[in-house]
Amino acid sequence: MAKQSKPRIAVWKFASCDGCQLSLLDCEDELLAVAGTVEIANFAEASRAMQPGPYTVSLVEGSITTPHDAERIHKIRRDSQVLITIGACATAGGVQALRNFKDVKDFFNTVYASPHYIETLAKSTPISDHVRVDYELRGCPINKMQLLEVLNAFLNGRKPNIFPHSVCMECKMRGTPCVMVAQGMPCLGPVTHAGCNALCPSFARGCFGCFGPKETPNTASMSSQFQKMGLKDDDIVRAFRSFNACADPFRKESEAHEK
Amino acid sequence: MKSRTIKVDYLARVEGEGGILVKVKDDQVTEVKLNIFEPPRFFEAWLRGRLYKEVPDLTARICGICPVAYQMSSCHAIESAFGQKPDGMIRELRRLLYCGEWIESHSLHIHLLHAPDFLGYQDALAMAKDFPKEVERGLRIKKLGNDIMTTVGGREIHPINVRVGGFYKSPSKKDIRAYIEPLKKARDEAVETLRLMATLKFPNFEQDYVFVSLRHPTEYPLCEGNVVSSNGLNIPVSDYEKHFQEEHIPHANALHSKMLGTGAYLVGPLARYALNYDRLTPLAQSEAKKAGLEKVVKNPFKGIVVRAVELLWAIEEALRICESYEVPEKPFIEMTPKASMGSGMSEAPRGILYHRYRLDENGYVLDAKITPPTSQNQKQMEDDLRAYVEQNLDQPHDKLTWQCEQAIRNYDPCISCATHAIRLDILRD
Ligand code: SF4
Ligand code: SF4
Ligand code: SF4
Repeated sequence: MAKQSKPRIAVWKFASCDGCQLSLLDCEDELLAVAGTVEIANFAEASRAMQPGPYTVSLVEGSITTPHDAERIHKIRRDSQVLITIGACATAGGVQALRNFKDVKDFFNTVYASPHYIETLAKSTPISDHVRVDYELRGCPINKMQLLEVLNAFLNGRKPNIFPHSVCMECKMRGTPCVMVAQGMPCLGPVTHAGCNALCPSFARGCFGCFGPKETPNTASMSSQFQKMGLKDDDIVRAFRSFNACADPFRKESEAHEK
Repeated sequence: MKSRTIKVDYLARVEGEGGILVKVKDDQVTEVKLNIFEPPRFFEAWLRGRLYKEVPDLTARICGICPVAYQMSSCHAIESAFGQKPDGMIRELRRLLYCGEWIESHSLHIHLLHAPDFLGYQDALAMAKDFPKEVERGLRIKKLGNDIMTTVGGREIHPINVRVGGFYKSPSKKDIRAYIEPLKKARDEAVETLRLMATLKFPNFEQDYVFVSLRHPTEYPLCEGNVVSSNGLNIPVSDYEKHFQEEHIPHANALHSKMLGTGAYLVGPLARYALNYDRLTPLAQSEAKKAGLEKVVKNPFKGIVVRAVELLWAIEEALRICESYEVPEKPFIEMTPKASMGSGMSEAPRGILYHRYRLDENGYVLDAKITPPTSQNQKQMEDDLRAYVEQNLDQPHDKLTWQCEQAIRNYDPCISCATHAIRLDILRD
C-alpha cells in the first residue's frame, strides 16, 4: 500500500540537449534517496520501464519544434497534476530558437539532398506557448540543487525557495569583484536571473545570460552601458541572442538594435 | 515463426529520441531501421554570423552528455584556422577537463545505462536493490569526473571556463592537487568495475568492423592525431571530408555517414581500443588482458568491458596531469582572427567528433560543419541489428526485442548530437 501512495514523477524530452534531465542523474549523492521516496514512472533516459499516467509531477525538458510534439505536450499536460519546465529550451525556446530570427529561405537554400523527409516547424517555442505550466525553472542547464528544491517544494505543497533577483546580487553575496567595473568586461549579470551563484564572474568572464532574464530587467539601460563600453549594435544583438533569445525582454532588446 | 516485426517505439537509456524497427519475412530480415525522431536543431544554419569567441559556448549545447567534446573540437578547429595553438599546461588542463568528461560519461553508461541490460533490470535503481555496492561505486566514480569538470570548467554540464585559445581562469595548484588521492582511490575502484564487467554474459556475436579513430604518436587518442582506420587509412584531420561523406535517409532525422569506398564504419571505444592498444597505460593493458580481452574486440556487446578499460585509462591520465600540474603563466593565448578555414577533431566518449569552420577576417563564422559520432555509427548500428537478428531468429520475441535494444545501447548513442544538423523543411508556422 505504501508503495502505491508514492508520488509519481515523469521526465519528458522535447527538442533539447538532454543536459537538464542529466542534472537529475548528476545528483549522485541524492539519487538513490530521491528514488526511494518517489516512484519514477517515466524517465526514458534512465529506465526502460515507462508507466502510463497519471503523474504527480512531470518535468519537461526541451522546446516545441514539430507538429507531433505540439500535440504530445497536450497529452502530457492532461496526465500530469503538476507540470514543471526545466531549462532554457522549455521556458524560452532554447538555443534552437535562434532559427526564429532567420528567414526560413536561408535554411532552404543551405540545401540538403531531400529536405522533405523532415517535419519541422519554422519556430521553436517554449512549453508555455502550448499548455499551462505550473512552474518554470531556468538555466541552460538548470542548477541541480534548484531542481531538488523545486521538486521537494511541489511534493510538499509549498512554494519553491527560488529568488527572481539578478546574477549581480549573487556576485555581491559571494563577494566576487565586478568584472564590468573592475576590468571593463561586458556582463549580462544585471539583467540575468540568479541561480548559478554568479559562476562566470568568479571565473573572470562576464555573464552571457544562460539563466535568462530576471524579473523586470532593465535591458535598455544594459544596452546603453554596453554602448558606452564600445559595443556596436550587432554585438548587442548577439549578446541578447543565445540560449534565451526568445524570452520576451531579451528578444525585444535584440530586435531594438537590429538595423 | 515465419514473419515477425521487432519494434521498439522509444529507446530507453540512451541520450535522445529514437526507436528501432526490424521486419522479418520467411526467416529473412527484410527491413532494418534505426528511427531517429529527435527533432533537428539546425546548429550549422544559425552558427553563421556568430563571432568565433561564442562558438564553444554555443556548440556545447548540442549535447549535455558530452559538451566538452563539442567545446574541444570547436576550439581546435578555430585555432587551426587562425594558425595558433596553445600548448604546455593549457593543453594539459584541456586534457584533464576532457578526462573528467570521459570518467563521468563512461561511468554513467557502464553502471547506470548499460549494466542493467546484462543483469536483466529495467534500470539502475532496480539494480541498486540487489547490487547496491556496485551502483554506488559507479555513482562515486561518475561524481569524481563531474567534480573535475567543475573545478576546471566551472560546472559539469556546459562548462563556462573554456575559450578559444585556452581558459578564462586557471585553477590553483592546490585545487588540482586535491584530486590526487580521490583519483588513486577511483583507479582501484575502476579496476573492480572492469573485473566485474568481464564476468557478464555476452551473446556470441562478432562483426567484421572497419574501425576509425584518431591516432597520436605518443598518446591514447583524445584531442589530436591523424584519422586512421583498420583498413589502412591514415590522413590528417583536414582531409576528413575527402574520405567521409554524409547522406540523408528517409527514416531518420539524422545524417548517415559513410567512408568512401567502404561504407559503414565504427567509431568509439571498440575502434579506439583496437587502433591504439599500444598507447594504453601498462595497468590498463594488463587489466584488459586479465579481463579476457584480445587486442582487437569484435563483439559489440563487450563494448562495456572496453569502456571500463578506457575508464581506467582516463583516471590514470587525469592522475598523471594532477600530479604534474603547475599553474600556467596565462590561462589562454591571445587570438588574431583572419579569413581562414580550419578543422578539428576530438574523441568524444562515443567516438570521433569532427568540426570545420570557415571564418572571415574578423573571426565571424561564414559556415560550419559538424559531424558527431552517432551519425557516423548509424549505418553500422543498423548492420549490427540485421546481423544479430538473422543469427538469433529462434529467440523468443521479448528477449530478442530486448537484445536489439541492447545492440543499440552498446554504442552509447547520442541522438541529440546526431540530429543537431539537418536543415529544415518547413511545414507550417
Ligand atoms: S536548456 Fe540548455 S542544458 Fe537544458 S536541455 Fe536546453 S540546451 Fe540543454
Ligand atoms: S560581474 Fe556582472 S554580475 Fe557581477 S556584479 Fe558585475 S555586472 Fe553584476
Ligand atoms: S554567470 Fe550568467 S552565463 Fe554564467 S552561468 Fe551564470 S547565468 Fe549563466
